[in-house]
Amino acid sequence: MKYAFFLGCAAPVLTGNYELSTRAVAKRLGIGLVDVDEFACCGFPIESIDHKTTILMAARNLSIAKDLGLDILTICPGCASTLLEANRELKESRELREEVNKKLGKIGRSYEGGVKVKHFIKVLNEDIGTDKVKSSVKRNLEVLRIAPHYGCHYLKPSHLFNQYEDPEFPHSLDELISAAGARPVDYQDKMDCCGGIAFGIDDNISYTMTGKKLENIKKAGADAICLVCPLCNVMYDRNQRAIERKLDTSYGLPVLFYPQLLGLAMGFDEEELGLNLNRVKVSELLSKI
Amino acid sequence: MITITKLDPSFKYEISKTPGGQNIRRCFQCGTCSAGCPVGEIDERYNPRKIIRMALLGMKERVLASDFIWLCTACYTCQERCPQDVRITDLISAITNLAVKEGHIHPVLVQQVKAIGSSGRLHSVTDFINKRRASMGLPNACPEYPEIQEIFKMTGLSRLVDSDGSE
Repeated sequence: MKYAFFLGCAAPVLTGNYELSTRAVAKRLGIGLVDVDEFACCGFPIESIDHKTTILMAARNLSIAKDLGLDILTICPGCASTLLEANRELKESRELREEVNKKLGKIGRSYEGGVKVKHFIKVLNEDIGTDKVKSSVKRNLEVLRIAPHYGCHYLKPSHLFNQYEDPEFPHSLDELISAAGARPVDYQDKMDCCGGIAFGIDDNISYTMTGKKLENIKKAGADAICLVCPLCNVMYDRNQRAIERKLDTSYGLPVLFYPQLLGLAMGFDEEELGLNLNRVKVSELLSKI
Repeated sequence: MITITKLDPSFKYEISKTPGGQNIRRCFQCGTCSAGCPVGEIDERYNPRKIIRMALLGMKERVLASDFIWLCTACYTCQERCPQDVRITDLISAITNLAVKEGHIHPVLVQQVKAIGSSGRLHSVTDFINKRRASMGLPNACPEYPEIQEIFKMTGLSRLVDSDGSE
């Protein structure tokens, strides 16, 4: 099992802990990740400005994977859904395919389709399977109550994911948290968005949205929130202190990427999983296990 | 107040022809989108049902020059629930795409376009970043992508990169 590793923009600069823990966990499970220097931005941040540029940027990335003969594994749901949307639109419209290839030709590339794209967590869920994840566990995490945050683009728009799971009532991350030996916790408005996309445009909106989620997760008595998206992490971990100040409250809720949680269960140490890089300290959480 | 002479009845057709906006005329104003919108719950300026109504009426300038069209967080809740498959999240994108064509863009997005245009990424990879990556045992990340500049030239986005951000 080998994939072209698509890091996107946020992960390599802002969330080294996500990248480190993904690499560690993937290696342990026998998932080969091939680094590809040519991969640039997926195109998602341009979507609200010019959709055709987004498709072209996505197609450029897909063409690179095609040349390598590899499918793509991403750790960013925004990247995954953007690349999948480009695949879908290019498949459905010959006119668009020709238009895109005319432009790609000018930078010496072409793409006719055929590259599969999957988020890492879906690879774990669908291809590795929860049984194999379970059998990789070496450390007991059953004291940990973990609140899953699916975010948005991991599930939606659902037409991209072949009815993978109901976007209103998903289960894959809950199951993977259980497979790692921890206890998933339900909470009010579990499926709400973190508001990260509005960060910079209207911080009041994004801070309030993340704050509401943190509030609900605290109320449910969780020890940590578990994520699969680098932008969600910027909101929950990097901005948690700023949100506490703005809303005049205190959460102190540790934020774990799923591979960090699974890595703990596999017996990796703190540094191997980048837990020392988490903004909200995880020492209390670690002392429980 | 709405003045009929100031409406542009062709606006809805213009949106229909823009990628993502194809299904706008299916909307029957049920309001499911606004009822479930997590942004609208916090800030009443953002109301997807109302944006669609304004667009269908032809309030082109009021919609495209507004600040509220930029507030969508693209969570797709409305799109998943819409009984008419209006594909609302994609539709809002189609509307902001048209706004950009008309010279209206949020200044934060101009900065994003500039960052991606110059480095190929939303968050630039500097020497400092690569040193930090090396200290974590992570491989070097590529700092520049001239092909993205070429793409921006081809699609016309370089005009935003060259602008000073004010509209």
